Amino acid sequence: MQEILERPTTKVAEVPVDKNKGKVKKVLIICSKGKLEDVYAALVMANGALMEGMQAKMFFTFFGLEAITKKNADHLHTATVGNPAFMPGMPTVVAGLPGFEAFASYMMKKEMDKLDIPHVTEFLQMIEAGGGEIYACKLAADMFHLKKEDFVDEVKEIITVGDMYALAEGEGTQIIFI
Amino acid sequence: METLTYNGTQIEVNTEGYLKDMNQWTPELARTMASQEGIDLTEKHFDVLNWLRTKQAEGTALSIRKIGNSGLVDIKQFYALFPGGPLKISSKIAGIPKPASCI
Repeated sequence: MQEILERPTTKVAEVPVDKNKGKVKKVLIICSKGKLEDVYAALVMANGALMEGMQAKMFFTFFGLEAITKKNADHLHTATVGNPAFMPGMPTVVAGLPGFEAFASYMMKKEMDKLDIPHVTEFLQMIEAGGGEIYACKLAADMFHLKKEDFVDEVKEIITVGDMYALAEGEGTQIIFI
Repeated sequence: METLTYNGTQIEVNTEGYLKDMNQWTPELARTMASQEGIDLTEKHFDVLNWLRTKQAEGTALSIRKIGNSGLVDIKQFYALFPGGPLKISSKIAGIPKPASCI
């Protein structure tokens, strides 16, 4: 019984190195959502790519822009309504009570702190320090009336969709859309 | 199981080249392993390697963020010291297992 209760250990698979396969050299991660879990997925993948020695570019658009604003980057929420995977069985009417979403987001952030997962602004700094580049979408920035100074310093530029595709140029690039 | 022969000593490594036993590590072995990665080890590199070994021995889960907070190097310097996958490469040279870290 004792054994079952123990914390599972993480194992690292030994990956055989095949020099002939086409390696992923660069990822372009497009983050179009502003929910805590979606933004973290984008950040973890971008940082993970850098850790593996790949290049990483990030393009934030639409609600994803929330994640790179000075005002809201560290105050993202997770959705408790319209999210069937969040506490299955929880009636929508309860999940929608005032303050419930804030509470759920607070609990989620607390769990993340335990795992040593940085806050969004620190994560963006880590990505920039690792050589990653962060961009904002011009169309969405215009729509939400956001200017360069509204974004965290790590945002390199506000660019068009065409410029975004130029970021993906080169052999071995993968585009990931969130 | 694969082995490296260094100075007449057989050193067991896994298929990715990580040492099976971190006690077989020597600074000279680190220099040899680093040169295979195209890195010429400086004192700063050794500061990081020794820090990694100490933390590994303490059972701490290693991450890029922890190295950034170590006070030895910031994250940018860490990437510059061990280009092309700093946590993996530095761990290999430090003779410790490949870190199971996503951050």
